Amino acid sequence: MAMADQEAKQSFRLSMLIYDSRYRAMTIQVVALILFIIGAGWLVNNAAQNLAALGKPLSFGFLSQPAGYDINQRLIEYTSQSTHGRAAIVGLLNTLLVATVGCILATILGVTIGVLRLSKNWLVARLMTVYIETFRNVPVLLWIVFTMAIFIEVFPAPREFKGADPSATMKLWDSVALTNRGVFIPKPVFESGSGIVGIVFLLSLVGIWFFRRWARAKQEATGVILPTFWISLGIFFIPAIATQIILGNPISLEYPVLKGFNFKGGLHLRNSFLSLTAALVIYTSAFIAEAVRSGIMAISKGQTEAAAALGLRYNRIMSLVILPQAMRVIIPPLISQYLNLTKNSSLAIAVGYMDITGTLMGITLNQTGREMETVLLTMLIYLTISLIISTAMNVYNNSIALKER
Amino acid sequence: MKNTVLFGTVAAASLAAGLASAGTLDDVKAKGELACGVSTGLVGFAAPDANGNWEGFDVSVCRAVAAAVLGDANAVKFVPTTGKTRFTALASGEVDMLARNTTWTFSRDVDLKFTFVGVNYYDGQGFMVPKELGVSSAKELDGATVCIQTGTTTELNLADFFRSNGMSYEPVPIETNAEAQQQFLSGACDVFTTDASGLAATRATFENADDYVLLPEIISKEPLGPLVRQGDEQWGDIVRWTLNALISAEELGITSANIEEMSAGTNNPEINRILGTEGDLGGMFGLDKEWAKRAIAANGNYGEIFEKNIGENTAIGLARGLNAQWKQGGLIYSPPFR
Ligand SMILES: N[C@@H](CCC(=O)N[C@@H](CS)C(=O)NCC(=O)O)C(=O)O
Repeated sequence: MAMADQEAKQSFRLSMLIYDSRYRAMTIQVVALILFIIGAGWLVNNAAQNLAALGKPLSFGFLSQPAGYDINQRLIEYTSQSTHGRAAIVGLLNTLLVATVGCILATILGVTIGVLRLSKNWLVARLMTVYIETFRNVPVLLWIVFTMAIFIEVFPAPREFKGADPSATMKLWDSVALTNRGVFIPKPVFESGSGIVGIVFLLSLVGIWFFRRWARAKQEATGVILPTFWISLGIFFIPAIATQIILGNPISLEYPVLKGFNFKGGLHLRNSFLSLTAALVIYTSAFIAEAVRSGIMAISKGQTEAAAALGLRYNRIMSLVILPQAMRVIIPPLISQYLNLTKNSSLAIAVGYMDITGTLMGITLNQTGREMETVLLTMLIYLTISLIISTAMNVYNNSIALKER
Repeated sequence: MKNTVLFGTVAAASLAAGLASAGTLDDVKAKGELACGVSTGLVGFAAPDANGNWEGFDVSVCRAVAAAVLGDANAVKFVPTTGKTRFTALASGEVDMLARNTTWTFSRDVDLKFTFVGVNYYDGQGFMVPKELGVSSAKELDGATVCIQTGTTTELNLADFFRSNGMSYEPVPIETNAEAQQQFLSGACDVFTTDASGLAATRATFENADDYVLLPEIISKEPLGPLVRQGDEQWGDIVRWTLNALISAEELGITSANIEEMSAGTNNPEINRILGTEGDLGGMFGLDKEWAKRAIAANGNYGEIFEKNIGENTAIGLARGLNAQWKQGGLIYSPPFR
């Protein structure tokens, strides 16, 4: 080896960088890297020069200036006197809210549909195919605008609930109001003593975990299968509800009531939030369903047959044999669907949902004229969210990966 | 080696940038058309008619500038912009000027680096509500849901108005006037607020316009006018004086009907200077002598443009009010042509 090296060194000529396959790959990479650095440098420099020429050097000072505009959906305290920075955080939280709710619902819906699409029942399987093909093949922006239009045109305005003989009434024993401004639902109000109910509930969760562990150990030792689902369900609800009753209902519900122009009290789920979430969920769930279907189909039929030969029923074959293995195929495409959903949520602006693109990259950009800064910040934020999602999902993916023993 | 290349490209790039920002007039002449940012559709101010021709009060300003600069009032590319996209469109050079119901404010002038060349409509922010609500004053709007266009002075005024009156409201942010109409007509918002002229123009398109009323309060000053990028004085002057020519023409009685006759020469020296029969004002900013004549001939003078698009005999029916000539007690006033 040392001999060969020395020989190569001695006879090294510049032309070998191109003609010698030992060096060529390296040469190409170095050249590409240099070109890339020059290209990037040129872009950055050009932007900086042009901004300076416009008299707008990069500066983030506007983030601490008062924003001056109001935001309807705020998860944290915010008024028009708060800063642009805070407005950006309000927007970010709104983005995270749709993304989280959207991913959870899309997963539930997508897995259900994906499994049902493989159903032996012809009608069910076909219906699911229609669902997938319809929702997957129309741009999500159209679904967002469409759901919003339905909300605005189909549901009644709050003023139609007024008067002695109103043309619209509240649903579900006067607890829910469906209006074209959104859905008003009862809101839990926590009075003293509700902490105890909360603790009891948390204890029940711990209890469920221990119970399941115990049930599993028992099954492994004796083969007896307990109805874990029903018992868990019982532990989930009964102790908390019992404490709630014993303590005289410390957690009460505040119902929405029509007052003046709008419904007051209760929780207001704005139609911008609902239509955005609904559209993202139905759209993404169609893709998730396909990922789930391909994951299941990737597991060889022999597995099902072997499990059936052991006497397992269909549900158990699915949950014990097929899905755990299918997960390995499903998770990677699922990660990209979560990322897509999160990024697609930036279409929020179409229905006036105040996410990060609506606040920071929308109104703030417009009122301050800081295009470069706000766009860079927004990109950075989306990049960070996406990286967090994919890291988390990759960790999960590794944890369920095939472990060779 | 690497550095030379880098510096070379950078130098070339900054040279190109410098060129692009300097001569808007040359750019427009080279393109053969004026890119003019207008609204996405506000009947009376800027909207395409049934044949796709843009017309309206703001559109006429674009056409006058195109006529002055290019000799053709139709050599305009109208770029529809929303309240939010308009400034980016102008700053990035996508449009050469904006004539889009845009309020002249300190921060837009100073911080956003634009130059407002004048005011073509003195306005203020108003409120429109359905009659059925039985509201007679903006002070009764506590708790109302309000539709507002984002990226406007409207949303800032609104926040201030409600806060200073100790009232709360639910803002519904909206991109374009068309969306605002849809939400407002279906009752998804109780109130629609924007410039009073915009409200009148919007209301005029409603099927049952009488079911809606404008509230008496005007909560802000909204001087609307055309604007250009800061830093190109020559171009700014051209747009400014085109607007002034339209205004002076009304004051001096030059109309689209008598302009040919007057350009034969009159005994009013200012008219002669405007129409190019005396002196060479146009030459001072790189245009020919007849620039203003063409600008006025394109759509008539300021008063004619007003009456044709938004005046009392149109469906919009705006009175001249503040926008009358200074001699009639209004604020419309052009510096002298000399
Ligand atoms: N004058 C205000 C508001 C301008 C504005 O957005 N006006 C509305 C209504 S008057 C408009 O032009 N809408 C037309 C469109 O949506 O394109 C500003 O400059 O911020």
